[in-house]
Amino acid sequence: MDPVLTRYVREPNGHTLDFFLQHQGYEGLKKALAMKPGDVIEMVKASGLRGRGGAGFPTGLKWQFVLKDTPLPKYIACNADESEPGTFKDHVLMERNPHLVFEGCLIGCWAIGAKVAYIYIRGEFYHVQKVLEAELAKAYDKGYVGKNILGTGFDCDIVIHRGAGAYEAGEETALIESFEGKRAQPRIKPPFPAVSGIYNCPTAVNNVETLCNVPGIVLNGVEWYTSLGPDKNFGPKLYCVSGHVKKPGVYEATMKTTLRELIFDYAGGVRDGHRLKAVIPGGSSVPMLLPDQLDIPASFDDVAKAGSMLGSAAIIVMDETTCMVWVAKNLMYFYRHESCGKCTPCREGGDWLYKILTRLENGEGSMRDIDLIASVAGNIAGKTLCPFGDAAAAPALTTVKNFRSEFEDHVREGRCTVPSDWRGWRVAAGAH
Amino acid sequence: MSFHPLMEYDPGRFHHSERKIADEGAPFVFTPERRAKLDEILTEYPPERKRSAVLAALYLVQEQEGYLTANGMRHVAGILDLTPAEVEDVATYYVMFFKEKVGKYVLQVCRTLSCALNGAERVTESLSEKLGIKVGETDPSGMFTLLEFECLGACDRAPVVMVNNEHWHEHATPESCSKLIDDIKAKGEAALSGCHLKVEK
Ligand SMILES: Cc1cc2nc3c(=O)[nH]c(=O)nc-3n(C[C@H](O)[C@H](O)[C@H](O)COP(=O)(O)O)c2cc1C
Ligand code: SF4
Ligand code: FES
Repeated sequence: MDPVLTRYVREPNGHTLDFFLQHQGYEGLKKALAMKPGDVIEMVKASGLRGRGGAGFPTGLKWQFVLKDTPLPKYIACNADESEPGTFKDHVLMERNPHLVFEGCLIGCWAIGAKVAYIYIRGEFYHVQKVLEAELAKAYDKGYVGKNILGTGFDCDIVIHRGAGAYEAGEETALIESFEGKRAQPRIKPPFPAVSGIYNCPTAVNNVETLCNVPGIVLNGVEWYTSLGPDKNFGPKLYCVSGHVKKPGVYEATMKTTLRELIFDYAGGVRDGHRLKAVIPGGSSVPMLLPDQLDIPASFDDVAKAGSMLGSAAIIVMDETTCMVWVAKNLMYFYRHESCGKCTPCREGGDWLYKILTRLENGEGSMRDIDLIASVAGNIAGKTLCPFGDAAAAPALTTVKNFRSEFEDHVREGRCTVPSDWRGWRVAAGAH
Repeated sequence: MSFHPLMEYDPGRFHHSERKIADEGAPFVFTPERRAKLDEILTEYPPERKRSAVLAALYLVQEQEGYLTANGMRHVAGILDLTPAEVEDVATYYVMFFKEKVGKYVLQVCRTLSCALNGAERVTESLSEKLGIKVGETDPSGMFTLLEFECLGACDRAPVVMVNNEHWHEHATPESCSKLIDDIKAKGEAALSGCHLKVEK
């Protein structure tokens, strides 16, 4: 498949307005503004576009749910928080194709009847934000954003809002809280953001990549879009491959592509002289897969059938030098650190799991600790306000399930028995 | 709080938050330029929703003072019609705000999985050795602070070191970081490039 979203990312001027306009830029917007908003929503629905932020929810449906008959203003919140470990696709889109993001936001606003799109970008992407701001100023200048867009009488602003370092701010209601100037802690749903979001007004929260799919759908039509990829998993998809591969990077493909192809053909496979050990297919929050489970299309539905999730399509590859007890501990540190603290199972359970895993990794654990992991993690998963709880339980549960013998080795030997050429030289016992 | 029946507890440390609440700092008002910048940012939100600008205002305090002081937060509270406690509540949540004095250059090494798989632990260790400080500390000259950070969203360029919340140093190795420290010492800000891959392109 020819790349659609990332075709020009390597062009030195690919991010500029002039370049964008020479390559069908804002043509989708023109076409959308000539349509009725309801027809745009119908078109996105027919395309089967599913959200790229993690859950894979149909975007057209989400837009349709946005309250119509209301005196309140409506908003698009573009989720550019991208903090799921292993994910770096929105980064590339915003840095190298910013006008596509704006075009997606504008069409979204037209479709749901919003006059402002807020792009919530994570604070660490400051150099990306500067690119966005510079290009946004040009788009305002040329009349693609702002008052009376392209002479159609449609007014729409785009505002870039900088976050300040919080994984949980990526969750849609936490993002809204953070946007309103509070701690990034989720709200209880319902009401969903489509009914009560930013400032308690109807809001559609959409991932950057999701919005970038929209201009192509409007411009090239539903048939073109559904010709890409397997049933119910249409369109171009960005995959982030990282870890122990030769060519880590963002790769665009249809969801027909198998995980094995992505890892071995696109990303060059594992390092020379090494063997694949395990793969996390959708960001650190999802259960891992073993090497014999990789011959499945990397689509939302097929990965779910294999017992994991496509999530944010962040494929993290580990070779045989990776100790799975250490992986569980590394990720547990992340979840313990990033828990927003609103519910007890996640806040306290994450801390407990981290302590148990630390003692196991140091060789100070007992066999009972291994079962304790399942008990504590089982009391987090499914018992929390937001899906973060399930995510936090996943690394510990799947490593114990698939690699129990490694945990037992740590207990028996009193140390890690997996040789590695990249761990710290002096990783002291209980460091952190 | 509840207790797990099989769990062993370490006494005296139930709660894992070790965040320090800010010190008073010097008396604080925004410089006129920063105040003007904040006023401009405020126009992007509905007038009765000034609170949305709190993160932006705190960034400006941090830019001016180097970290968030209680006086700085009170000043922000005054401008945004919030209580000081509300501002502090927000400030202590987000990791990009420093709640105590830090060095002129804050080095934040990404420690999450993809970076760790590519040698981030060695990068942290070598920086720690070179600067003679542990993670979380500032060197005696007040020049460098060494911290760890969670996934920066650039795992294809792992390991990544972020400097002062803005500048990225990618594909970091013990050697490249040693050079980075020397460069910063020699050239100051000029040694930082925003995102060094962009410069290479
Ligand atoms: C803990 C947590 C973190 C999340 N982080 C992100 C994120 O960084 N970026 C993102 O687009 N969606 C993230 N999501 C998913 C959002 O809640 C939401 O589903 C998504 O932004 C909706 O957009 P979409 O329909 O276009 O996928 C996260 C969800 C959870 C539970
Ligand atoms: S599950 Fe964790 S992150 Fe989500 S609301 Fe509860 S405490 Fe916060
Ligand atoms: S793990 Fe370091 S940038 Fe993602």
